[in-house]
Order: sequence, then C-alpha cells, then structure tokens
Amino acid sequence: MSPDLAQLFEYFLIFIILLFVIGFYCILVSFNLIRILIGVEILIKAATLLIILAGFLCGRTALAQSIVITLIVIEIVFMVVGGGVTFWAFRHNEDIDPRKLSDLKG
Amino acid sequence: MTLDFILLSVLVLAALWTVMTIRLIHSIVGLAITSVILSIIMYRLNSPLAAVFELSVCAGLISVIFIIAVGFTERTSKKMFPAERKERLTRFWYLPFIIIAAALLMSQFLIVPHFELPPPAESQNVRNVLWNLKHLDLLGQVIVLLAGAFGVAVLFKESKK
Repeated sequence: MSPDLAQLFEYFLIFIILLFVIGFYCILVSFNLIRILIGVEILIKAATLLIILAGFLCGRTALAQSIVITLIVIEIVFMVVGGGVTFWAFRHNEDIDPRKLSDLKG
Repeated sequence: MTLDFILLSVLVLAALWTVMTIRLIHSIVGLAITSVILSIIMYRLNSPLAAVFELSVCAGLISVIFIIAVGFTERTSKKMFPAERKERLTRFWYLPFIIIAAALLMSQFLIVPHFELPPPAESQNVRNVLWNLKHLDLLGQVIVLLAGAFGVAVLFKESKK
C-alpha cells in the first residue's frame, strides 16, 4: 500500500471507529426503541463507509457498491420491521421503553 | 485530504448530535444529515451508484419511516420535558468526552497494518457485477424484501373482535 493510501486508510479508520462508538453508546444507553433503531442505523452507516473504503483501496469499487446496495436493502427491511415492532409495542404497552416489554417473560 | 477530513469530522458531529439531541424529530433530521454527508464521501470514493442509493433511500425513505413511527408515539409534555432533558443529559454527557479521548488516543497510538493490496479487479462496472456476478445476491435481496413485507403485515394485522 502506498503511503498516501495508508494515510487515507488511517484517517478514515479513526472516524469509522468513532461512528461505531457513537452507535454502540446510543444502543447501550437509550431506553427508547426508536433511539435504539437510530443507534443501529449509525452502526450500519459506519459499516457502509468501511466497505466503500475497502473497495476504494483495493480498486474494486464495483464489488463494494454492489455489497453496499445489498446492505441498504437489508437496512430498509430492518428499519421497517423495527418501526413495526415499535408501533406494536406502543399499541400494547402505551410506551416504547424496552424495559417494559416483559410480556414474554416466563 | 483536507476536504475528506472536514467531511468526516462533520459526519461524526452530525452522528453525535443525532444521538444527543432530546427531541426525536431532531434526531431524525440529524440522521438524514449524516446520510447526506456519507453520500458525499461515498461519491468522493468513486462509488456514485451506492451514493445515490444512500441519498435516496437512507436520507429519504428511512427518514420518512422514522417520522411515521414517531408520529404514532406521544410527544413529551412541556411539564415532563425539563425532567426528561436532565435525565438524558446525565446519561449522555460522557459521550463527547469519550469521542474526543478516543480520537486523541487513536491518532497517537493506532497502528494500521500495511498490508499488500490485491491487484485491481477486471470489472469496474457496478451494473455488470450486480446483474451478472452477484445475481444470487439480488435473489436474496428480493427474498429479504418479501420477508420484510410479511413481517410488517403480521405486525400491523388488526385482531378480529
């Protein structure tokens, strides 16, 4: 890897790790289903950026883009189903606090 | 490189604002801004088709889905708002410091392995890769979309009374 590419990789890697930290913190600390979904969304964005960066560095941008398009499709489905679960939780519990979702507890 | 650095900084700041802001609707706007900046970065990394997907789907469609989900929930009353803000601040005030500390530590001590990159691929056409080389993935995407549609249909089904 040339020094320029190595420096670019290092820059991007630092910011991608920061995005992962923000996403994980949001998931761990939030008590709201929508905010948890937002945290997952930030994690997915970090993963997307990592895939695109890998494709750019390896010269395989076409492959990276096709993987990212697949990821985006899965992301939409995840968000739609997550939104449905949130709506269902609110309809049944009048709240979207995951700590109160205890109907399945044995 | 400077523009990349600015864009990445704004990306992280937008994500931080998304997570830390109190109103959910502001979080959704922050997420859309994050997606827009990510699209610009992707465009600069020679991935225009993925950038367009990110812009239209993540900044557009997913924001709409979130706004619909927020529309179903109840807004925090003005009486409860200060208490909720205080409670959120106690949980989230560490985050900017963690981010700054992590950035400083990584800029000093992060060791990036200098691996040998493989030779560039022959095919550089994303449409060719998507339709000819990865057509099984396309089938998988269709199945995932169908599964999602079924999942939503099951979740939103009204019970018969």
